[in-house]
Amino acid sequence: MVEVERHEYDVVVIGAGGAGLRAVIEARQRGLRVAVVTKSLFGKAHTVMAEGGCAAAMKNANAKDTWQIHFADTMRGGKFLNNWRMAELHAQEAPDRVWELETYGALFDRTKDGRISQRNFGGHTYPRLAHVGDRTGLEIIRTMQQKIVSLQQEDNAELGDYEARIKVFHECSITELVKDGDRIAGALGYFRETGKFVLFEAPAVVLATGGIGKSFKVSSNSWEYTGDGHALALRAGASLINMEFIQFHPTGMVWPLSVKGILVTEGVRGDGGVLKNSEGKRFMFDYIPSVFKGQYAETEEEADQWLKDNDSARRTPDLLPRDEVARAINSEVKAGRGSPHGGVYLDIASRIPVEEIKRRLPSMYHQFMELAEVDITKDEMEVGPTCHYVMGGIEVDPDTGAATTPGLFAAGECSGGMHGSNRLGGNSLSDLLVFGRRAGMGASDYVVSLKERPKVLEHAVDAATTMALSPFDEHPEPENPYTLHAELQQSMNDLVGIIRKEDEIQAALDKLEELKTRVHNVTVEGGRFFNPGWHLAIDMRNMLLVSECVAKAALQRTESRGGHTRDDHPEMDAHWRNTLLVCRAGGGDPIVPDVTVTPESQTQMRPDLLGCFELSELEKYYTDAELTEHPERSS
Amino acid sequence: MGAYQASMRVWRGDDTGGGLQDYTVEVNEGEVVLDIIHRIQATQAGDLAVRWNCKAGKCGSCSAEINGRPRLLCMTRMSTFDESETVTITPLRAFPVMRDLVTDVSFNYTKAREVPSFTPPKDLQPGDYRMQQVDVERSQEFRKCIECFLCQNTCHVVRDHEENKQAFAGPRYLMRVAELDMHPLDVLDRKDMAQEEFGLGYCNITKCCTEVCPEHIKITDNALIPMKERVADRKYDPVVWLGNKLFRR
Repeated sequence: MVEVERHEYDVVVIGAGGAGLRAVIEARQRGLRVAVVTKSLFGKAHTVMAEGGCAAAMKNANAKDTWQIHFADTMRGGKFLNNWRMAELHAQEAPDRVWELETYGALFDRTKDGRISQRNFGGHTYPRLAHVGDRTGLEIIRTMQQKIVSLQQEDNAELGDYEARIKVFHECSITELVKDGDRIAGALGYFRETGKFVLFEAPAVVLATGGIGKSFKVSSNSWEYTGDGHALALRAGASLINMEFIQFHPTGMVWPLSVKGILVTEGVRGDGGVLKNSEGKRFMFDYIPSVFKGQYAETEEEADQWLKDNDSARRTPDLLPRDEVARAINSEVKAGRGSPHGGVYLDIASRIPVEEIKRRLPSMYHQFMELAEVDITKDEMEVGPTCHYVMGGIEVDPDTGAATTPGLFAAGECSGGMHGSNRLGGNSLSDLLVFGRRAGMGASDYVVSLKERPKVLEHAVDAATTMALSPFDEHPEPENPYTLHAELQQSMNDLVGIIRKEDEIQAALDKLEELKTRVHNVTVEGGRFFNPGWHLAIDMRNMLLVSECVAKAALQRTESRGGHTRDDHPEMDAHWRNTLLVCRAGGGDPIVPDVTVTPESQTQMRPDLLGCFELSELEKYYTDAELTEHPERSS
Repeated sequence: MGAYQASMRVWRGDDTGGGLQDYTVEVNEGEVVLDIIHRIQATQAGDLAVRWNCKAGKCGSCSAEINGRPRLLCMTRMSTFDESETVTITPLRAFPVMRDLVTDVSFNYTKAREVPSFTPPKDLQPGDYRMQQVDVERSQEFRKCIECFLCQNTCHVVRDHEENKQAFAGPRYLMRVAELDMHPLDVLDRKDMAQEEFGLGYCNITKCCTEVCPEHIKITDNALIPMKERVADRKYDPVVWLGNKLFRR
């Protein structure tokens, strides 16, 4: 039997990005002992890459903003497929969560009267994004990291041990959740440094593992985004929703090839940058979809006026929701009006003064200068869509973050529902804070309410360690994990990417079947000490399972909506609006179990929330029968 | 520029020892050193250990030494070297090697935990914080830090002097002290601790830290020197000195 280090905690949080750290803070403040487990070093999580800002209706830039308008923008952005209760809680609580960060030491950019400055962003009616230049994510992760340190300092003062209540286990990957009956009993993983196994015995696990972008070739995501939380939840019996909805951020770098996919913040457009095609035309005016007609400027003059003063004109279509802009860029390139390297142009140089560009967009300036030798204060950037965010994720209770498996909670990108079919920029950082806190709360309440703690069964631990070590065994036809990964990325990118078709998705599913067979033969060289080949071999399991969810759900949804565009079903269909495709896993292969996808409907929106929209707008999305309770009809 | 075969030398080994190993690897236009390390992993040495996350210069994970200079692997373009030049990659020297290019950077986390946290006025409510942009900008510069620890690695106070690690927090954490001292709403006095607990006096402003900072933070000019001045004002101002003598805290 393999040696396993053991720890006991009240709550184990998997993932140390924004959502995970906010959950840790909450659970600790409620007196619980928390372990935070992260694949990377503390403070390196993917949240550092968020650039533009954190959306919250604080009214600092425009006093007319309200949580109801933020709520309505979020629902519109997600094409009304969002879990409305999550969107409601998010819009209501985001301002408090941002202000709270200031008490932890965050230093946001300021307005003239000394409050938090807020910037324009796609799909947001008013300037709403609290920001620090274009490095807001870094500020948020560092702030919460430092808050955790301050809580550890309090614990040290009180108990003589920094780690009495919060311990960070970094460079530690969780491979399996362990259950006692149907309840969560703990989590098993290994330390990347030594390859040694570790078991966390805990009645509650909060998943905050982020996204799945590393299954796609062109992606703005870091290596960590292998869908671990999604896959762990599935294998623990929980369900995922909305997995067909993947956000392709419209502006990723396209050249040089080695940096293709690296994010170019939407803040460039928020601060006045415009998209142009090879003819120099600002093409976004040609791509205002019918559901948004009347809400966006129709001339360049009006769009530029809006940038100066939000109240005197309609917003620029350069700031349509991301799914719309990504599709527009794709169409321009297909029509032969793209840039030399297959993107379009993003121009900030001719729009605002050099010094302003350097002040407001310092990391963009730096990134293009160093990686592409392009000076964005003089020249246009070349940009194109890049896989950025998964709207789909673990199905949770909006108020507590509880998944369908007792003791399992989820928050942030790995949870699903909040953003519907498309997320608005800026709503991710606020999502982390609002639902990270709620998952921490939910997990704490659950643990406190337990009469008896679940127990970890030894055979479950043995099975998990055996499976994790299998890449070290000899296999008849050995496979290289890096090769399998590259093939998966190419297939998902080409066949289940921004524009989808039935036969292509089917081809992707065939490829997945092939990879699922070949993954059994993955063989790695070297030993267990910090062995990236072995780590990737283990992560492949998760990527394959989650990719199958994406492809199967994409095949079933025969309409186009948000981050799911079907070339063979180009219209949005009101009958699909309320249908969630629910993924579950079980049976079949123990390494990558089978996925089933079941359509289920969600609860109808409360009439008072329906009242946040004019009936005429809702009629573009809803079936007639669903709108009988709208205040304009029922009164 | 077309593809070419580059000569790379990578340090392989662990805490018991190791050495440089030669690899010949394809390089394409625009690629950075981390791309080449990844190609070695995928085609020649699947178990080559390297720490990285974002590959976009934002997380500060892939710190190493390239031809002896502390750099981020993801922000160093291969085009900065001559095609015929052998490029040598070694782990950070100031920290213990774990395996290949991965080092144990726990020294930094230990120091981070010793710096007293942000301390706002007791009665200031969330939402009531008011600060001017010009006042937050000083600390904001230091908060650009991505904690790559290149400054910690290059600072000669600890680079070749393990014995100084106890008394010296290093540029990154002295800058953290300065950041908090300059935070418009922090109420804690951090001048004495900068000198006495974190070893500000060890710094003799050679600016090596500033030179290697991938975020171009002026660590020495904007954080360490002003902090030294604040300490000097406290320690050597005759009025303060007399006050301290008369009304010893």
